[in-house]
Amino acid sequence: MSASEHLIQPGHRACAGCGLLVGARLAADTSDGKIAVVNATGCLEVTTTAYPQSAWRVPWIHSVFGNAAAVATGVRAGLRVQGKDVPVVAQAGDGGTADIGLQALSGMLERRDDVLFVCYDNEGYMNTGVQRSGLTPFDAATTTTPVGEWSFGNPLPKKDLVSIVLAHSPAYVATATIAYHKDLERKMQRALATKGPRYLHILVPCPLGWKFEPRSTIGVSRLAVMSNLFPLAEWRDGVLGRVKGPAVPVSVDEYLKAQGRFSHLFRDERGVDARATIQNMADETARRFGIRAYGDVVGVESPAGHAGAASSNG
Amino acid sequence: MKVMEGAEAIADAVRAAGPKVVSAYPITPQTHIVEALSQAVADGRLDAEFITVESEHSAASVVLGAAATGVRTFTATSSQGLLYMAEVVLNIAGMRLPVVMTVANRALSSPLSIWNDHQDSMTLRDSGWIQLFAQTAQEAHDLHLVAYRIAEDPRVLLPVMVCVDGFVLTHAFEPVEPVSDEAVSRYLPPLSLPFVLDPARPATFGAYADPTVYTEARFAIEAAQRRSAQVLSQALGEFAALTGREYSPDFDRYRLDDADVVMVAMGTAAQTAQVAVDEMRDEGVAAGLVAIRRFRPFPAAELVAALGNASRIVVFDRSVSLGSGGIVAGELRSALYGRLLPQIVGVVAGLGGRDVSVETLTQAFRAERDGWIDLRPDLEEIAP
Ligand code: SF4
Repeated sequence: MSASEHLIQPGHRACAGCGLLVGARLAADTSDGKIAVVNATGCLEVTTTAYPQSAWRVPWIHSVFGNAAAVATGVRAGLRVQGKDVPVVAQAGDGGTADIGLQALSGMLERRDDVLFVCYDNEGYMNTGVQRSGLTPFDAATTTTPVGEWSFGNPLPKKDLVSIVLAHSPAYVATATIAYHKDLERKMQRALATKGPRYLHILVPCPLGWKFEPRSTIGVSRLAVMSNLFPLAEWRDGVLGRVKGPAVPVSVDEYLKAQGRFSHLFRDERGVDARATIQNMADETARRFGIRAYGDVVGVESPAGHAGAASSNG
Repeated sequence: MKVMEGAEAIADAVRAAGPKVVSAYPITPQTHIVEALSQAVADGRLDAEFITVESEHSAASVVLGAAATGVRTFTATSSQGLLYMAEVVLNIAGMRLPVVMTVANRALSSPLSIWNDHQDSMTLRDSGWIQLFAQTAQEAHDLHLVAYRIAEDPRVLLPVMVCVDGFVLTHAFEPVEPVSDEAVSRYLPPLSLPFVLDPARPATFGAYADPTVYTEARFAIEAAQRRSAQVLSQALGEFAALTGREYSPDFDRYRLDDADVVMVAMGTAAQTAQVAVDEMRDEGVAAGLVAIRRFRPFPAAELVAALGNASRIVVFDRSVSLGSGGIVAGELRSALYGRLLPQIVGVVAGLGGRDVSVETLTQAFRAERDGWIDLRPDLEEIAP
């Protein structure tokens, strides 16, 4: 596909190496342009629609931060009464999905509106300068959960948004990340081909907020999957289907040390326990999805010596 | 002629206008309107998507999204609900979407009140929406049809809030002559917008604006507000030709020509004020009334022209800009400043459903300075 054929055109204003723009372009291109897009406030909106320009070659509407799902309900209804059978894609970042937008998302899922909601999860409020959101992971440093003498980054675990969505019994749910673009495209295609409420959760690393070099975006996305912190899963009508995880998992250390937002975890003794806790989280997730945990892999020492213990706790 | 509840009269006009998407979230005293519309859909009298949402924020968002695809829409709200949808209300105007919404006027918390005053819609007077205030159930019915006409006019393309006093109008039964469906279809042409969300012709709505263009976009709303006054005038002219019912496009003038003391009021209280004017006349005071119908755009020039003879103007406000005084009084003062020099007295009364009687209004006529005229005389604010 040549640059001019992409449904999000080059020349947008996102940071170099932005995972969000890679994800959004992959998702849009998969649709062949036969969609209407509803966008919440956030990086994707401000970087692609600076009037009088627009990077979008599909119908696109933004209203406010928390209402993408509800606007999408209206767009879908408006198109349907005119006999236009166009898939409607609502999209938002993690703040617009898991925090301020959660009520509208819940309403849309509950009404079983025929809308695909895509969450571009970069694990923080990046557009406003990297503050903590409900999807910021445990111990990550953000500007509202800074590291200091008395604090160690975000004290709360990442909200399990996918489970919240699944509790609404949507028609289709999947997780994806940009490192596995074929997987992402396939899930987007399936989501578009399904009727009813659908949800796609795409992990999109943000070099600015996660503090890594712009060239590492894809590598960091891959490590999230390889470390089992972000398994690639799919549910149809609420039933867990195919899950993709690593054949040989890597320790969470590999993922954490690739990002400046976790650098405090490698500074002193306190970091050792914190990393062990995060390794336990990854191993728990692996077990939940039936994929190999790091500690299960023969001949691999868990980084802090706790992963094996966590397995027996499971 | 039928005896109808105000809410029913409104719902009947909306049904006849044929919105394609209606969103509904309950809040007193608006509820009877959307209940009647949901029944109309259930009975097959209205062919619309009736969408029950989880909040007013989403109620506004749904009509925003639907209007952007180019279909006629409707929702209704009140009080805290209007405040809850406020950010979307501003966006609807900014995106120039011709949404029509009823605001069943109700007081704002705190303290919690379900009763009528005008604080809710007045709090959103700067949102870009055209605001019309109805005095009777008949007028509420009629103004909803006119509202669609002006909202959808290509010279305007702005949302319209039809403001009706909660309970006093929404729940009162009055004789109403509904406009026939056939007449409505002649009066309201099918909606046709210059830009819509359509994959056949992709457009970007609600873009991000940097400082080089934001002012221009806001000024375009201001210009459309100003144009809407003329469009409203034409729309009411055609409405009169269709139904025989005439409404002035700015305010009603009652015994105004030779009036020395003029009261300014809005909404249902204007009807009571006519009686108060008559009583004042009986007492030998040359009283008159201006009953504002179009609060946005504010009819400043028209008021200057109409109030030239008055030496004293008493503005009755059912809302207040706390720390500054009655809202209509403030607007009128700035409209007249440097052009007319009457004494202007602002009185605030009828808040949170306090009864607005003929006596309340004659008391207002007699007020000598700005104030809250129906505070109990035995109560005083006690400083902490
Ligand atoms: S702050 Fe992050 S998400 Fe936003 S444009 Fe930059 S890289 Fe992308």
